Amino acid sequence: MQSFVPFIPERASTFADRVDGLYFYLVGLTAFFVLLISLTIIFFVIRYRRRSQSEIPRPIAGSHKLEILWSVIPFLIAMSIFVWGASVYFTQYRMPKDALEVYVVGKQWMWKIQHTTGQREINELHIPVGRKIKLIMTTEDVIHDFFVPAFRTKADVVPGRYTTLWFEATKPGRYHLFCAEYCGTNHSGMGGWVIAMNQTDFDQWLAGGENQESTVSAGQKLFQSQGCISCHGANGEGGKGPSLVGVFGSKVKLEGGAIVEADEEYIRNSIRNPQSQIVEGYTQPLMPTFFKEQLDEEHLLQLLAYIKSLTPANAQSNGGTTTPAPPPQNKEQTGTTGANPKGATGSNPVLKMQPGAQKSPGQ
Amino acid sequence: MSMETTATTVAPIEPPRVNYLNSEYGIKSWLLTKDHKRIALLYLGSISLFFLIGGIYAMLIRLELLTPQGDLFQSHTYNKLFTQHGIIMVFFFLIPSIPAVLGNFLIPLMIGAKDLAFPKLNLLSWYIYTLGGLFTLWALINGGVDTGWTFYTPFSTTYSNSYVILAGIGIFINGFSSILTGLNFIVTIHTMRAPGMTWFRLPLFVWAHYATSLIFVLGTPVLAITLLLLVFERTAHVGIFDPAYGGDPILFQHLFWFYSHPAVYIMVLPGMGVVSELIANFSRKNIFGYSFVAFSSIAIAVFGFLVWGHHMFVSGQSVYAGMIFSFLSFAVAIPSAIKVFNWTATLYKGSISFDTPMLYGLGFIGLFTIGGMTGLFLAALGLDVYLTDTYFVVAHFHYVMVGGTLLAYLGGLHYWWPKITGRMYPEGWGRFAALVIFVGFNLTFFPQFIAGYMGMPRRYHAYAPEFQVLNVMSTAGASILGIGLLIPLVYFIWSMRYGRIAAANPWRLPGLEWRTSSPPPTENFEVTPVVTWEAYEFAPAESTKVVGKLQPGDKPDRPVLQQG
Repeated sequence: MQSFVPFIPERASTFADRVDGLYFYLVGLTAFFVLLISLTIIFFVIRYRRRSQSEIPRPIAGSHKLEILWSVIPFLIAMSIFVWGASVYFTQYRMPKDALEVYVVGKQWMWKIQHTTGQREINELHIPVGRKIKLIMTTEDVIHDFFVPAFRTKADVVPGRYTTLWFEATKPGRYHLFCAEYCGTNHSGMGGWVIAMNQTDFDQWLAGGENQESTVSAGQKLFQSQGCISCHGANGEGGKGPSLVGVFGSKVKLEGGAIVEADEEYIRNSIRNPQSQIVEGYTQPLMPTFFKEQLDEEHLLQLLAYIKSLTPANAQSNGGTTTPAPPPQNKEQTGTTGANPKGATGSNPVLKMQPGAQKSPGQ
Repeated sequence: MSMETTATTVAPIEPPRVNYLNSEYGIKSWLLTKDHKRIALLYLGSISLFFLIGGIYAMLIRLELLTPQGDLFQSHTYNKLFTQHGIIMVFFFLIPSIPAVLGNFLIPLMIGAKDLAFPKLNLLSWYIYTLGGLFTLWALINGGVDTGWTFYTPFSTTYSNSYVILAGIGIFINGFSSILTGLNFIVTIHTMRAPGMTWFRLPLFVWAHYATSLIFVLGTPVLAITLLLLVFERTAHVGIFDPAYGGDPILFQHLFWFYSHPAVYIMVLPGMGVVSELIANFSRKNIFGYSFVAFSSIAIAVFGFLVWGHHMFVSGQSVYAGMIFSFLSFAVAIPSAIKVFNWTATLYKGSISFDTPMLYGLGFIGLFTIGGMTGLFLAALGLDVYLTDTYFVVAHFHYVMVGGTLLAYLGGLHYWWPKITGRMYPEGWGRFAALVIFVGFNLTFFPQFIAGYMGMPRRYHAYAPEFQVLNVMSTAGASILGIGLLIPLVYFIWSMRYGRIAAANPWRLPGLEWRTSSPPPTENFEVTPVVTWEAYEFAPAESTKVVGKLQPGDKPDRPVLQQG
């Protein structure tokens, strides 16, 4: 437990002490330089105040020694801040491998949250204390920003891509969740609470409520209902399209020779914009483009969760642990609006991935 | 020529003479003028008007934030208020304020020229500014804009239902006035310096404007391109920024900040130029480390182009890009630090007066130091992740923009008021207002640093109740600041008619602008000045009246002038 410090918000994550430490260093430096400058000025203006209207002080040309001194010393101090700041940044933005993943979708003006176990929340996020949590985030409309002051971290949530944020809460409590990137009319209302709980309370919370369907299982149903199985196989083993087993986290060789890592962004891109990255050997454009109207961001995240679960080890037995729920409806098969240039092209490219990936994701 | 005057003796009144103000009368003589001094006054009028509008928005924002609930305005209205406050203050006040008013008026006087290099372009730039302003006002009157002054996509291109295009066009048009002013200054400073006015005899005000002009000319076109693309996407759905059309929203941020970060230096560099003048002249000392102060302006202008990414540490750009931008941001802080140290050292063994302009100058150093140091908080990657988009940022840039630029602008206006109008402002009121503004400013913005570190996000219409105390302090401060700013408005207008008549050189200074009458004649100097003195070379009053004439056989940059 940290003691109370005035003007410092609650510290509830592993980052908090590091960020506050850097802050105190800078407050100290600022106080020192502001006092140094203002006291010197006050001393000079009193000591050398004008005593007669006609006095002309002797000119002083300047001093190279002093100039070097007050360039080099501030530079060294600045570099110390730079190094310290960069090291804190690295811990904030290098994602841990063993984290509990939670999916977040921002939408004007709410946060929609999906746990991999299937619980869904709006404007609240329940997490266990002492466990690394990784948020995989995107938005259905404009840019938002997931900001928890007590955790001393934030990240923009950008349409058209996934951004990630991680933290580890250190003590149970209710902490402000804010949207920090201006997002329109009700921006200041787009927030809620992060509720950090002890592991046992969290387990209880997970167990509560109606029978939830895990994201993997929901994703599997989408995989069937959206027709992915016709090319990628009933269990993602491949067919006309590349196999998806073990593809997540693997290196994929693209048509043209480039090798990319199949991360969340890659999977997303292969569904939203299949033509842009074509797996070597799958040049026939069979894969349709899935627009937001067919497959919204939350569904896409479920599909992603399913594809991530397709490791060689559990390829045959994954998902389906809960009772089947009705598959999500395809609202409009035509999908796109006239304004959307891609809708007009009606391209029908194919998603192809190289089979034979080895690395499996954590968990 | 009049005798020089002092504060203690009654000023001998100069014989009435033809000056730029009374040489012609009538609206037409103003609207068609090519005199840089009259154009500066046209700018002064329109910029003051925009400052008043922006200030009213600021007061409405502070009133709303008096209570945590969003009770005074609708959210939508509040969002328009802060957007319009930002747009008006940044594009129509801060960017043009010092260059277009003081720079326009003084650069030719300081370098001993008759006018700027392109007088017609100068007038055109004022018309462009006015046209851009009218477009923007039209957008505001029609219903306003709610995108934030940063116009982030895809909110601005797809989701906002406000007058984005009109406002964008207004800013786009206004940009050309910046470009023309910058171009005019660069050419003027290169080609129109009087005989003997070498580069290193230039007042630092001129150096600062030279650096600013570089950014005007190189940076503003990027803003124009960005706004144009934004308008294309909004009207024709060309996929540039909105991922729904295949665009990249982060690209907009890169383009926007590529201009808008250097624009911060457009706003503050001229202020630094003014402060260099104030500090040197009111302590009757040459500036300490002249060339370091001069080149630090250029360094800021150049390095200022390389740090835009520090606005985007949390936007999803790569960690390594973040590191480079952070490093460069620390590097660009050094030239500013050099300036602060040199100004302070200039006071050493000077003859320091406490006239109003000097109070503003000293206030600038203190507040700019706080503004600059808190910039380091935001350049430090790990800390910025926490602080960005909070009130800490709001406080930081108001310390630089208001505590810096606005104070410098006011200091400059007081300092050159006798030259501009031929009248003195009331000194007692001047000092009083400076004090009120200083107190009001700090009470307004210092609590915002704390609110920011406590985690209060910016651009919030309603906020968590624990932030209320700090916000009440801020609103109280803003009221004091507002009153403080009205005082000069009143006495400046009053002094134009009733102020004490100013002598040619009321402060007894060596600068060229003080060696011609107040107000100056249309052609600035009766004879072409020949400069034989260094910048800030203080001398007995008699010799500072010398303007000089080229003697037969003199070389323009090295005259052999007979003293006396």
